[in-house]
Amino acid sequence: MFFLNHIYLIPLFPAFGAAIMFFFGRKLQKTTVDAVCVGAIVVAFLFACFTAVEYTHFAHGTGQPFEKIVYTWLGSGDGHLNFTKRDGTLASFNADAGFLLDPLSSIWLLFVTGVGMLIHIYSTGYMAHEGGYYRFFGYMNLFMFSMLTLILANNYILLFVGWEGVGLCSYLLIGFYFHRNSASTAANKAFIVNRIGDAGFILGALTLSWYLGSFRFADINTLARSGHFAIGDPVLTAAALLLFVGACGKSAQIPLYIWLPDAMEGPTPVSALIHAATMVTAGVYMVARSNAVFILAPTAMKTVAIVGALTAVFAASIGLVQNDIKRVLAYSTVSQLGYMFLALGVGAFAAGVFHVFTHAFFKALLFLGSGSVIHAMSGEQDMRNMGDLRRRIPTTHWTMFVATLAIAGIFPFAGFFSKDEILWQTWASEGGAYRILWFVGYATALMTAFYMFRLMYLTFYSPSRMSHEVEHHVHESPKSMTVPLVILAICSIGAGWLSWPHSLGGSANFEKFLEPVFAHEAVVLQEEGKSGQLAAGKKEAEHTDKTEYVLMFLSLAAAGVGWGMARSAYLTARKDYPEPIAQKSPRLFNVLYNKWFVDEGYDYIFTGRRKLGEVRLGAMGAGEAASWFDAKVIDGVVNDVGWVARAVATLSTWSDKWIIDGLGVNGPAILARMISYPARLLEWGLVQWYALVMVAGLLGFGVYYVWK
Amino acid sequence: MVPITTIHYLVVAAALFVLGVIGVLTRRNVVVILMSIELILNAVNLNLVAFSRMWGNLHGQVFSIFITVDAAAEAAAGLGILIAFFRNKETVNVDEIDLLKW
Amino acid sequence: MQNHILSIILFAPLFGAIFLLFVPKENKNAIRWVANIFALGGFLISIPLVPMFWAQRYEPGFKFLEGTSNNWIPSIGAGYNLGIDGISFLLIMLTTLLGWISILSSWTAIENRVKEYYVWFLVLQTGMLGVFMALDFFLFFVFWEAMLVPMYLLIGIWGGPRKLYAAIKFFLYTLLGSILMLLGILFLYFHHHTLTNVFTFSIPELYKTAPLIPFNIAIWLFVAFFIGFAIKVPMFPFHTWLPDAHVEAPTAGSVILAGVLLKMGTYGFVRFSLPFFPGVVSHPKVQSWVIALSLIGIIYGALVSLMQKDMKKLVAYSSVSHLGFCTLGIFALNSAGLTGSVLQQVNHGISTGALFLIVGILYERRHTRDIAEYGGISTVMPLYATITMIMFLSSMGLPLLNGFVGEFTILQGAFTANWKWAAWAAPGVVLAAAYLLWLYQRVFFGTVTNPKNEKLHDLTPREILTFVPLIIMALWIGLYPKPFFQILEQPVNQIVQTIHDNSNPNSPANANVRPTADPHKSIVAKASN
Repeated sequence: MFFLNHIYLIPLFPAFGAAIMFFFGRKLQKTTVDAVCVGAIVVAFLFACFTAVEYTHFAHGTGQPFEKIVYTWLGSGDGHLNFTKRDGTLASFNADAGFLLDPLSSIWLLFVTGVGMLIHIYSTGYMAHEGGYYRFFGYMNLFMFSMLTLILANNYILLFVGWEGVGLCSYLLIGFYFHRNSASTAANKAFIVNRIGDAGFILGALTLSWYLGSFRFADINTLARSGHFAIGDPVLTAAALLLFVGACGKSAQIPLYIWLPDAMEGPTPVSALIHAATMVTAGVYMVARSNAVFILAPTAMKTVAIVGALTAVFAASIGLVQNDIKRVLAYSTVSQLGYMFLALGVGAFAAGVFHVFTHAFFKALLFLGSGSVIHAMSGEQDMRNMGDLRRRIPTTHWTMFVATLAIAGIFPFAGFFSKDEILWQTWASEGGAYRILWFVGYATALMTAFYMFRLMYLTFYSPSRMSHEVEHHVHESPKSMTVPLVILAICSIGAGWLSWPHSLGGSANFEKFLEPVFAHEAVVLQEEGKSGQLAAGKKEAEHTDKTEYVLMFLSLAAAGVGWGMARSAYLTARKDYPEPIAQKSPRLFNVLYNKWFVDEGYDYIFTGRRKLGEVRLGAMGAGEAASWFDAKVIDGVVNDVGWVARAVATLSTWSDKWIIDGLGVNGPAILARMISYPARLLEWGLVQWYALVMVAGLLGFGVYYVWK
Repeated sequence: MVPITTIHYLVVAAALFVLGVIGVLTRRNVVVILMSIELILNAVNLNLVAFSRMWGNLHGQVFSIFITVDAAAEAAAGLGILIAFFRNKETVNVDEIDLLKW
Repeated sequence: MQNHILSIILFAPLFGAIFLLFVPKENKNAIRWVANIFALGGFLISIPLVPMFWAQRYEPGFKFLEGTSNNWIPSIGAGYNLGIDGISFLLIMLTTLLGWISILSSWTAIENRVKEYYVWFLVLQTGMLGVFMALDFFLFFVFWEAMLVPMYLLIGIWGGPRKLYAAIKFFLYTLLGSILMLLGILFLYFHHHTLTNVFTFSIPELYKTAPLIPFNIAIWLFVAFFIGFAIKVPMFPFHTWLPDAHVEAPTAGSVILAGVLLKMGTYGFVRFSLPFFPGVVSHPKVQSWVIALSLIGIIYGALVSLMQKDMKKLVAYSSVSHLGFCTLGIFALNSAGLTGSVLQQVNHGISTGALFLIVGILYERRHTRDIAEYGGISTVMPLYATITMIMFLSSMGLPLLNGFVGEFTILQGAFTANWKWAAWAAPGVVLAAAYLLWLYQRVFFGTVTNPKNEKLHDLTPREILTFVPLIIMALWIGLYPKPFFQILEQPVNQIVQTIHDNSNPNSPANANVRPTADPHKSIVAKASN
């Protein structure tokens, strides 16, 4: 029980690394920085592994959560600081620094530390020639601290600590090249857009505590599953929707996805770690964690599913035509996150989590691979200037190819299993209109295959479009970069096998493992007499439907078609190659290439960075209006009051001077002065004269008395 | 040897007093005027002490001690004013101290 | 020591000011040393109060009582009567800390009339401490007014180009509020006399009679007090003196103004408005009006800061927004809201105080606060940029730093009172990130484009020293706020209980707590016994 009881150390290792970088980093050698920061993550990873092993012994397969409360963080800790719940009873205001380990968090714990460790190792190679080396690793460690806090928190507020913390680190790392204006703007955008989500999250958490009296997951889940709350309870629906706003911000869903593509301004390992593998899945984690609440709110579930599906297809459509290698991957990430939310929205929590898990490996691999490409190309990111790299950087090539196969959903790579599970669950959940969602997901799968193989062909296969200078310098990356690629490639192949479906003769172990976290939902819903929205764990065991084989075949076919289209269009792309979409419909291409003009629209309407003619709308418009109002109206009134007071004062000064003072006071004074004039003549102002008069007077008196 | 009686003291005191008054009236230097005032005060002191001796009690002596203290304070204040004045006008001539005129 | 610790803390700065009078004014460095020693001494003297207070944090009522209710001017019933509870304790500690820091920060900023500056600053310090300690309304009012004069002089003599306008505006505006408050105080004083036949300004005594004033009169008294305090806070729409005063005041003046002076308004709400007029504040209409003003303040202040071109003005308007949170918490009228509000007052003192120091440091080097003049500062002043980032994050309420704890507790209180209030306050949190990060980007990020910024030197050890205690406090409150919650628990619950017991019978939640007997009679009976 040593590791479980000291679970709080897991986030503290990287926090320690970050603190050392903060205080001493500037003076440290690069090797020392490596030792401290990478070492901290390695230790955290090992610690996490041991903890997970201990946890399996602790839980004995029951999925019983382990909770460790370190101290009371918010609240007085003595139960006298209370708030009133919605039903009028009192509840204690309390949020602990407490840690929770259950199957859900242990999965996140393992892949976050594992992938994080690999990316840290990779970064020692990638960042070797960059300035601010210690700063980079300090931020990365701080990120790991926040992410692990997020995962291990036992209540919404501590989760929010990690939630904001990862947002901060994301901000710092996107803005790592802070002298570039685009980087700092992207960083601001990421943080502020995330903040909108955060506001939703906080309100959601407050709603839950107001209704249920606690921030603790354990309390909330117990209450939500107690059967006291009807399905469709309006307060719980509101809470779930608000929490989902938070998830939209963090996990880049419509309408808050706009920050993620811009976040590619950060160094590539950052994109891999934060904006692909770990942080952006926090929203999925949070929704999965709140499954007991969501399941009671069908409206919220529908919203999640629809937003997820829309995001998936929307982002994929933009990804089709982008030329920046990292941007393609960024839109791909947004799209895949949409998939995950689609899964959550149809009640297939385990399938969603499984996709997070496999996606972490192959998307991290894709980003790291693209980083290796960029490294080889001396910083070039535009695919139009690449081509024919497969023999020059072979390891990067084959690892990325594996990842592409995985994301495209080719059997038996990891993505096939998770994506297929999601599509099947979508098809099977409610029927009816949900089939549209399935179709959207299916179309997205086709697009995914197309843009990913487009990326592969343009980068590695087509004839070289590099300038000679760049071509001369192309080289394979160092071992510190390729070894993580290879490990991730192995995971991208094998991770899917953890949940080999029943239909193919497997036993879906991954979903079994998660069953205790989600399975209760099946019970709740069946009691309501609804067939749909079953939890995946329950349903997996049951389905032996023929349709599943058909769907499986269809999605494989889609992947194949996408692959084939990309191959035919880009295998022989020379300089100034034509884009197939642009040839078919230049207007559509223009819209897609400009990302549906969403950024521009937001700038016009919400931020006000662009003016609509003469009018500025949005926050800046409101700010300008408020400033004007403040200066002219409010302060104007204050100054006008001052002016009136001064006018009255001037008037009364005049009357004071000429009437009251003039006639009333100075008049008599002038009179007195005229009378006093003769008397004044007597005054010389010389002391001795006065003394003489005194002496003379004295003598006069003396003489008078003597004489008398 | 004529015994020194009260009248002797009074004569000396009167002489001192007259000297003081003449000094105050005729000298132009403020310092000297202050010194003359001291003379006047000491003449009074002498008178008081003389009468004290004559009546055989201590009232007069007590008074004279008060006056001595008062004289010291007056001298301090007077000299203080004088120094402040000197800083402004660079003179101690009493004829030029005529700011209170009118 | 235990009996007189409050007086010692209160008069230590004044003693320093008197001592300073004997240092020749030409010897500027000696003056600075003396002033700093006394300022640090004033802070160190207040530290023993912490363990002493901690030991009795759960005891009800005021602690460390000193003096009696009429030992000063017996004929009118005014006394030199001091005492503190958890709320004033935290604000006193904040005052002594910020007083020291702002005096330390003025070392190079003030070059002319040095002696007067420090003398007035120390006098100001005593005035502020007195406001938080006084248990007698007369004494309170004396300190409240006495503190205006030094602040007026600090702005008017050592201020910027429009210093006279700002100083006079500050003085007159605040005085207007004080006068209304004075009328209110006098009413309470005579009202107490009609009920008990005793003339007294003692606040604990007035606590007993003030809630008995009938609603139709109490509402006017509440308005009189409210305007006085709302100007001080400042609440929308009484806030326009604040940006002017802040922009023109010297750095240390701004720190104290934002850190402590504004807290007097909120302190007044907590100490007087709530317990004196529980029936009025809990009246739904009154409450929703005040909350509406707070919410407007939150969003409006944030929007106006977003578009400021002057750094100091930006920070000043952000104060309006933050103080909106404080008043929101107070008028949520529940434990969480009040606790969060007092915590947020302390937090605002720490983070906005630091923000003004930050602006002051750039101003001292470049003599401009125009944001457009800067850019790329993090390249030339990395340490400064780091500290600024920490304080910006604290100000925008990032968890594990102090701002979050207060803001979240306030939101919890507001939410349980009425969820719409919390929902309206939430955009303030988003906008806070927007204006602060945008400011950070424009000042610190990018490349150095203005050649005047190329040679700026990073923080000196003295400047670092001014930030260290603030950062430590920010981290402490962020990581382990439990002691603060415990200190505030008793007084806050006391106030909430008072409101609950005396609140308007019309409000549905409290329909059954109205005492049946005529309260006037019972008090008279008690007094005649």
